[in-house]
Amino acid sequence: MSTTASNPTRSRGKAPAGEKLADWADGRLGIYSLAKANMRKIFPDHWSFMLGEVCLYSFLIIILTGVYLTLFFHPSMNEVVYHGSYVPLQGQLMSEAFNSTLHISFEVRGGLLIRQIHHWAALVFLAGMFVHMMRVFFTGAFRKPREVNWLFGFLLFVLGMFTGFTGYSLPDDLLSGTGVRFMEGAILSVPIIGTYISFFLFGGEFPGHDFVARFYSIHILLLPGIMLGLVVGHLILVFYHKHTQFAGPGKTNNNVVGMPLLPVYMAKAGGFFFLVFGVIAVIAAIAQINPIWAIGPYRPDQVSTGAQPDWYMGMAEGLIRAMPGWEVNFWGHTLVLGVFIPLVLFGVVLIAIAVYPFIEAWVTGDKREHHILDRPRNAPTRTAFGAAWIAWYFVLLVGGGNDLWATHFHLSINAITWFVRIAFFAVPVLTFIVTKRICLGLQRRDRDKVLHGRESGIIKRLPHGEFIEVHEPLSQEQLYTLTAHHQYEPVEIGPTVDENGVERKVKGTEKLRAKLSRAYYGEGNQIAKPTVEEYKEITSGHGHH
Amino acid sequence: MKKLSARRRHPLAAVVVLLLALAATGGLYTAFAPASKAKADESAQSLTIEEGKKLYEVGCASCHGAGGQGTTDGPSLVGVGAAAVDFQVGTGRMPAQQPGAQVPRKKVIYTQAEIDQLAAYIASLGAGPSVPTKAQYSPEGADIAKGGELWRTNCAQCHNFTGKGGALTHGKFAPNLEGVQPKHIYEAMQTGPQNMPSFPDTVMPEKAKKDIIGYLNAVNSDQTKNPGGLELGGLGPVSEGLFAWIFGLGALVVVAVWVAARTAKAKKS
Amino acid sequence: MSSQDIPEEKLPAEPGAAHGAVKVADEDNPFADPGLPPHEHRIQDIDERAAKRSERTVALLFTVSMLATLGFIASYVWIPNDKSIYIWPLGHISAMNFALGLTLGVALFCIGAGAVHWARTLMSDAELADERHPIEASPEVRAKVHADFKQGAKESAIGRRPLIRNTLLGALTLVPFSGLFLLRDLGPLPHEKLRHTMWAKGKRLVNMNTNQPLRPEDISTGSLTFAKPDGLEEEGNEEYQTEIAKAALMIVRLQPDNIKDKRELEWSHQGIVAYSKICTHVGCPISLYEQQTHHVLCPCHQSTFDLSDGARVIFGPAGHALPQLRIGVDSEGYLQALGDFEEPVGPAFWERG
Repeated sequence: MSTTASNPTRSRGKAPAGEKLADWADGRLGIYSLAKANMRKIFPDHWSFMLGEVCLYSFLIIILTGVYLTLFFHPSMNEVVYHGSYVPLQGQLMSEAFNSTLHISFEVRGGLLIRQIHHWAALVFLAGMFVHMMRVFFTGAFRKPREVNWLFGFLLFVLGMFTGFTGYSLPDDLLSGTGVRFMEGAILSVPIIGTYISFFLFGGEFPGHDFVARFYSIHILLLPGIMLGLVVGHLILVFYHKHTQFAGPGKTNNNVVGMPLLPVYMAKAGGFFFLVFGVIAVIAAIAQINPIWAIGPYRPDQVSTGAQPDWYMGMAEGLIRAMPGWEVNFWGHTLVLGVFIPLVLFGVVLIAIAVYPFIEAWVTGDKREHHILDRPRNAPTRTAFGAAWIAWYFVLLVGGGNDLWATHFHLSINAITWFVRIAFFAVPVLTFIVTKRICLGLQRRDRDKVLHGRESGIIKRLPHGEFIEVHEPLSQEQLYTLTAHHQYEPVEIGPTVDENGVERKVKGTEKLRAKLSRAYYGEGNQIAKPTVEEYKEITSGHGHH
Repeated sequence: MKKLSARRRHPLAAVVVLLLALAATGGLYTAFAPASKAKADESAQSLTIEEGKKLYEVGCASCHGAGGQGTTDGPSLVGVGAAAVDFQVGTGRMPAQQPGAQVPRKKVIYTQAEIDQLAAYIASLGAGPSVPTKAQYSPEGADIAKGGELWRTNCAQCHNFTGKGGALTHGKFAPNLEGVQPKHIYEAMQTGPQNMPSFPDTVMPEKAKKDIIGYLNAVNSDQTKNPGGLELGGLGPVSEGLFAWIFGLGALVVVAVWVAARTAKAKKS
Repeated sequence: MSSQDIPEEKLPAEPGAAHGAVKVADEDNPFADPGLPPHEHRIQDIDERAAKRSERTVALLFTVSMLATLGFIASYVWIPNDKSIYIWPLGHISAMNFALGLTLGVALFCIGAGAVHWARTLMSDAELADERHPIEASPEVRAKVHADFKQGAKESAIGRRPLIRNTLLGALTLVPFSGLFLLRDLGPLPHEKLRHTMWAKGKRLVNMNTNQPLRPEDISTGSLTFAKPDGLEEEGNEEYQTEIAKAALMIVRLQPDNIKDKRELEWSHQGIVAYSKICTHVGCPISLYEQQTHHVLCPCHQSTFDLSDGARVIFGPAGHALPQLRIGVDSEGYLQALGDFEEPVGPAFWERG
């Protein structure tokens, strides 16, 4: 069924071309309903909400520059003799992959710039995802309805790590090749199936002739394809759920306050893409990254000191360096715990932060939607856990770079390794304790501010000689903001004996949950919000403020 | 005298006294500290072993023994050769500040003529590698590409891809080779100083050593090109990662704060 | 309700009103939501001159961007690709890379800066409130969906005909296995490949630096030499990398009195010992030989081996000692291997034994 497109109320002049085009598209794609829902969609304003955009835009930049690079790169391990312009490699045997990367860097005009933008953007992408993920974590934005989005984001982070790893291994240089060898050794340590997986991945023994081409298809097709799908899903959910917002006057759990997509966010977010791209391009103009010509082609019998992966794999590097060399031999088999345990821990460290939101949801039992963000201090246990995780991650990063710490700070590399071994266990615990105390302290400060007002720094002398500091009472906006947060009470197991004296069996999980709930919300684990009664009592004229 | 005592109470008096004391200390030190300049000796060098022996007895015997046979504080120098002396003393490593496995280079306190005398004396104690000639250690005529290949096989594992240095066990390290003279690099390969192994001509021929020097000269001098921009120390992904976090993400966060900030209001509220 | 549910009174009250309407301050509740604050004007909202200034700034930024793009094109065309310039503090950098990067960066940045400045100063910054609707559907929709599903399932008859359901499950579970089997030819099976290297009885030790076989008198105490098996050539040999990855050898000479391990002494030749260069941790070439301590360090993860004591692990994550190659001298006085390594070289694996 169709009606004529003419508008009976327009009597003279043609409709503007844009409108005609939009009408045409709507007739075929139904875009007006989408536009109606989204064109004036409200997004709240806060700089930390733009961290996700840093990730999105650097991802786009990586894809754009990556496509360019695929036009020049040869993903082949066939050996060729170098005849290009870089003198220290003249006449050297190298793979075509390495050769074509040199060609891109030295002969293709702009090739070095695009290579550098690509690699710097990858580092920024992973760093952005880390910070964005922790922002979401510390503000509790992963709560219902955003749990699926949290998982999408976490998967993006992990896939990003491996996309980066396969990517920087493509030029087949001495540094990345050493990393691939490490990966192969780690695969070999897997019990029962390790040698098979290794032979299947590498097409035989290391290094073989296949891994560059295989990493290539993983790097440009398989992983980015999955990531693109996840990014689209991630963005659709952000739009559909609408963005979260911090507590404040006029902001409730049932609204979203901010500015509309058209025109403000189109300009700000669209502009931010160009800003991100511009910053990365300038960095690529002034700072060198991954100078493979100075590193040399990969040879399995050559290595350089100071061999580290890109920063986002540094956590794995720390694990593998700190682990003691435990190996168990029995019945003709070897269990390489010294390598296998770090491999497993690598997964454990990542999964720990991924599942936390679900543990918290189980402990609180809260099934309502949450669109108002928490201030980190108001969720002390969560914040302490997150800080402890970051500290844990950072200890491993230190371990990964232990030889550079040793040379730059004149320390013994053996001492640093021991430090990491102990800190792996001690630092997260200490960080948890300290962070929780700090959060509680901040909660107390907020409580004092609400009840007594802001310290103004003005000293007043009263007629009878006493000195007091004048406290300025908070405005209603501030009072609301500082008391708007939820405070849970600990879950109780409830009566275990009913009115007939029949005892019910209390499950282990129920007991555990009650215990955890007390640890989260019990006395001493959060500072109670000031109540209206307390406020009125204090402000009704007790003497001094 | 009244004026002086009056000035004693001046607020700046303490500062003036301090400056005078510092100047006095500095001046006295400069006057009495041992000479530091290493002059180039253009006249034909008089390599008397006797001169070297005298220098040795003053500056070296306390750790290396009266006849170079070694003590608990320093190894025997019999057979180390003139090259070892030229290297150790010529890079300032010797006289060492303290005995130990790592002896870092520092200010050279002997003139080249004195070093040559010491070298002659030590060479007289037992046959060892001699000081290389310019033809041997000059980077001119080196096959830089071959040098790179040799470097990556033999040297990079301690000194890094381009010679920026690296860590050894228990606080020892292989130093950054930027600015090190070709002669000293040759001598280091030849003699194996401290914990560095030696690469004698039987396993690393003269030409190979020259190629390595040529390579280092190309990739680790102040004339080396770093086409992509700041070298960031030439240490690889660790410094690159730090740079990306601090300047990359840092700059972007600053930009994001600007984008999301409220603009100035017309009236002060 | 199960005992796991939280009773309503334990959950905190819902804050605020349903809409973002401005609320009058409640005398009884000083903590109540006062509603959205009134909009404060920016100078550009009330002063047309200031707005014009903003407009000019935005236009200037866009113009700078255009000029920068022209600069990019000019750089690309006119700067020779191999030209190097010295710029402090960057060093001797590629002029082309620097010019292209800077112009591109400025061109992009100015577009963004112009758009953002426009949004911040000229577009309306009035805060608007939009309603949120619960994500989950209303009970009516939920009921209809459940009913529709039940109807559809009933019409499929799958419930009444379990044979269909079970065989369907079987077929769908089985078919992916064909995909799994297709992966078999990704590579050969390991068999015994990891147990053997190119070394064999009689193979001479060839110096990596010179490509010549080594004699005992070439190796002095305190020196470090790397060797490969005679016959392993790099030029035109596709298997070179894979062979050297197992056969790479490290040779040092110790005073025989300093060798503590009996077998090490037996397998040496006049104190010359030959060890695999491939670390037993995850396979990096080790080779950081400290000649005074006789320790060899791996630069990758700092496994340390004592070459005077059977190359046993004294620090770090390696699990077992470096394999030693038994060497001797052949009739012409060259160093030769007396057999292959007696254990697999490189990283350990399940079947290693």
